[in-house]
Amino acid sequence: MADLVCEHLNMTFTNPQTGAAVEALKDINFNLKKGELLSVLGPSGCGKTTLLNVIAGFINATGGCAKLGDQVIDAPGVERGMVFQQGALFEWLPVSKNVDFGLRMKKNNAAENAKLVEKWLDIVGLQGFGDTPTYQLSGGMQQRVALARCLINDPEVILMDEPLGALDALTREKMQSLVLELWKETGKTIMIITHSVEEALLLGERLFVMAPRPGRVHKEYRLPFAERGLKESLREIKHDPYFSEVREEILTMIWDMEEEIMGRV
Amino acid sequence: MFEWLSENRAIVAAVLIIVMFGLFVWSIVVGRKQAKLKANDEVFGDPVRTKGGWYWAVTGVTALMLVWFYYSWGMARAYFPNAANEMCQIAKLEEAVSPIKAALPIGSRYYKSTLLASRNSDQLEELLVQLPATVFTDGEKTELQDLIIQIRALIANSSNPENLNQQSKDELVGLSQRLNELSSFLEAGPGDMTPSAEALAQPRWGTTFTEIPILPITSKGMLFDAASVEAAEIAGTFNKVRNRVPENGRLIEDIKERIEAIKETNASGSFDEQVTADREDYVKAVERIFKRLDDGLIFPAAALADVNSAIAELDDASHAAQGGLTTADALLFPGPGIVKSKTQCTEQGSARWLPKPTDVVATFMRLANPDVEDGGGYRGFPLLWWDWLPVSNVVAFFVPDWIADAWPGEYASHGPDGTITPNFKDKLLAFAQGDVNLGHVPMLDGHIWDSLFRVLVALALGIFLGVPLGLFMGVSRFFKSFFDPLIELYRPVPPLAWAPLILTIFGIQDDGKIFLLFMVAFAIMVISARTGASGVQLTKIRASHSLGATDRQIMWNVILPNALPEILTGIRIAVGVCWGTLVAAEMLAGTTGVGFIENIARTVSDYELIWVTILIMGVLGLIFDLIMRWIIQKTIPWRGMG
Repeated sequence: MADLVCEHLNMTFTNPQTGAAVEALKDINFNLKKGELLSVLGPSGCGKTTLLNVIAGFINATGGCAKLGDQVIDAPGVERGMVFQQGALFEWLPVSKNVDFGLRMKKNNAAENAKLVEKWLDIVGLQGFGDTPTYQLSGGMQQRVALARCLINDPEVILMDEPLGALDALTREKMQSLVLELWKETGKTIMIITHSVEEALLLGERLFVMAPRPGRVHKEYRLPFAERGLKESLREIKHDPYFSEVREEILTMIWDMEEEIMGRV
Repeated sequence: MFEWLSENRAIVAAVLIIVMFGLFVWSIVVGRKQAKLKANDEVFGDPVRTKGGWYWAVTGVTALMLVWFYYSWGMARAYFPNAANEMCQIAKLEEAVSPIKAALPIGSRYYKSTLLASRNSDQLEELLVQLPATVFTDGEKTELQDLIIQIRALIANSSNPENLNQQSKDELVGLSQRLNELSSFLEAGPGDMTPSAEALAQPRWGTTFTEIPILPITSKGMLFDAASVEAAEIAGTFNKVRNRVPENGRLIEDIKERIEAIKETNASGSFDEQVTADREDYVKAVERIFKRLDDGLIFPAAALADVNSAIAELDDASHAAQGGLTTADALLFPGPGIVKSKTQCTEQGSARWLPKPTDVVATFMRLANPDVEDGGGYRGFPLLWWDWLPVSNVVAFFVPDWIADAWPGEYASHGPDGTITPNFKDKLLAFAQGDVNLGHVPMLDGHIWDSLFRVLVALALGIFLGVPLGLFMGVSRFFKSFFDPLIELYRPVPPLAWAPLILTIFGIQDDGKIFLLFMVAFAIMVISARTGASGVQLTKIRASHSLGATDRQIMWNVILPNALPEILTGIRIAVGVCWGTLVAAEMLAGTTGVGFIENIARTVSDYELIWVTILIMGVLGLIFDLIMRWIIQKTIPWRGMG
């Protein structure tokens, strides 16, 4: 296990027709220690998904580099698991085959796989759903399958791209608890992209607020709520005065950024 | 059993029609009840409103069958099995009377005499006006004008009732009398007339290649048959009656001589060529009209009135004698009815090209009989059966001869004593050419199988080559750009446009057709697989990359299953298009196959056979599609759920 490091990361997209360059990311530097939980927040177009895609290895940065330990990231890898907004499950496979997909690609022993699937379905609360087709599951359950599919591969870092964005409020709260539980139990490094300020505060041990044009880290917080969330009810934390204070501060920050964009356009 | 059914197809049809009519009514009742029940649960536009509803399928199918039975006269045959034979006898009477009718207002609006008189008078008038002044002398002109007036007098003399001589009068009265007697004969009814044994031994309506038995098989038929014989004789006499006006006899002789005189002058050679031609033309025109009037065909109108009314009476009598048959004719025989030609009675209208459903089944059963010796199959080849296939033929198909050629060494040549000892190379060649006995396997056989085989082989080739290429085109810039123009150039050309070329290159046997169908299936499979492959959600691809899958694994485990709905839809379309193309290709060339049968049936206008082949194609296409639908339902229940 190693730290996730970004050094002077730059990402410039060039429009192939006009040749105009857009600085999606500019000089991103951070060091995410093993076991830290980072949430990234920002208005639309601030480059948070681009940052995640670079770290996942789906696209290559135009400058600087992202490293996991000593290894420079230049391609997708098993050590960096992904969870997408819509689950991105393979609908032609039942739940168990979705969960052990990574293991099967590694040509693991089938009996061992079955045991692991059992274990992980248990952890995410989907006991007995192994043979169910994924399209028969609710959105929350699909996201649990996606989590199990990612975790069964035992990645070093888990990257989540708005994983709870499409869920209803109640399911969302349950899933937030689950994410915190999994973080606690597995001790994985987790990076979550989110649109929701509350979610970013609740889940982010560290929190980056990103700003657009060029995409950069505007402000960084270190917050106690994720630790507290392991013991306390999430709803109580939301009533904490400090929570409210930070939430208002960030909302104002993002609001101003949006205003700025609108003004410029 | 089948023999009995085939012989009694009228009874079978009668029962079927009643059952189908019952089903038709019943399904409408059920359908309306169901519609009322469900009206509360569904709003307009709700897709659920298209689910179920088998009873409407029953309504549709039975309605179609009833319409088919009706327009093919199947219904008529079912309930009036003798009607066609009787109508044939009536048609005989009609045919016999038709020459008389043609000369009278009852058959053609005007008397033939009226038409002759008016037409020839008009033409004589024209000739008078056109008399060429330059080529004739004044004397000749007067002569010709007088000639024309004399010819006109012929018409006037014939039209005058006072000039009608006694013999003609008697003949016409005799004819009227005979016609009236014939009417009475019809009115008297058949009495104890019994059909001959020969007539009763005829095959029934529609059971052989002759549609309708021509000899009368009922007493009513006998009556009309006998009447038609008498009517034919009357018509013969009528045609011989002439109006010989004595005055005209002298006039005709006179005109003849005068025309001859002018013709002699013309032929004397004292005029130049152009003048001679003009003179001859004019005289010829005058003579032509004269010739039409010198045979006594014009009668005074009054003289024929009796015959005309006698025919009208005969028509009434015939109508009365037909009795209930006229109603049956009007209700159940759509179209112009039955017409008697020289040798046979034929169905006219829709029944001519639309065979009865039961006849179609009977023809199909005859074709389906695998015993070729017993008249089954078509052109000595069964419709669908099995046969022993030598394994060596299959081997020879796959093993090319050049393998033997490439084997080191030489083929054996004959020794000094004239015998040949085959070496290994010879044996290899025999193997590659299928000249060895490797035993036999049972294999399907027949026209339908030949068609199926071509489609299935072409489809299999199209799938196994087209799907991988399509998938690669969906994921690779090189494959897409390299193959896209090649496929898009040949694909839009209708397959039948390729057919003449392909059949020339590959021959009219299976190879050519299979290649043609392969081209069709290949393009469809490539396009559908490509669409499926390029339609994979990016997040799914990214997820599988992050889960450690290799490119190959992603292709096999993610892109292929994701493209499966498109591929299966592609196969479904390809099956349909291949099937359509195949039949057309078989019609172009070949010696077996369903399309081949239809092509031959077309050339001999065998409508039953044409309909049988059409139904075979329709049913096989339906079966193909049902199988594909079933496969799609079983293999990709997730379709549209991603």
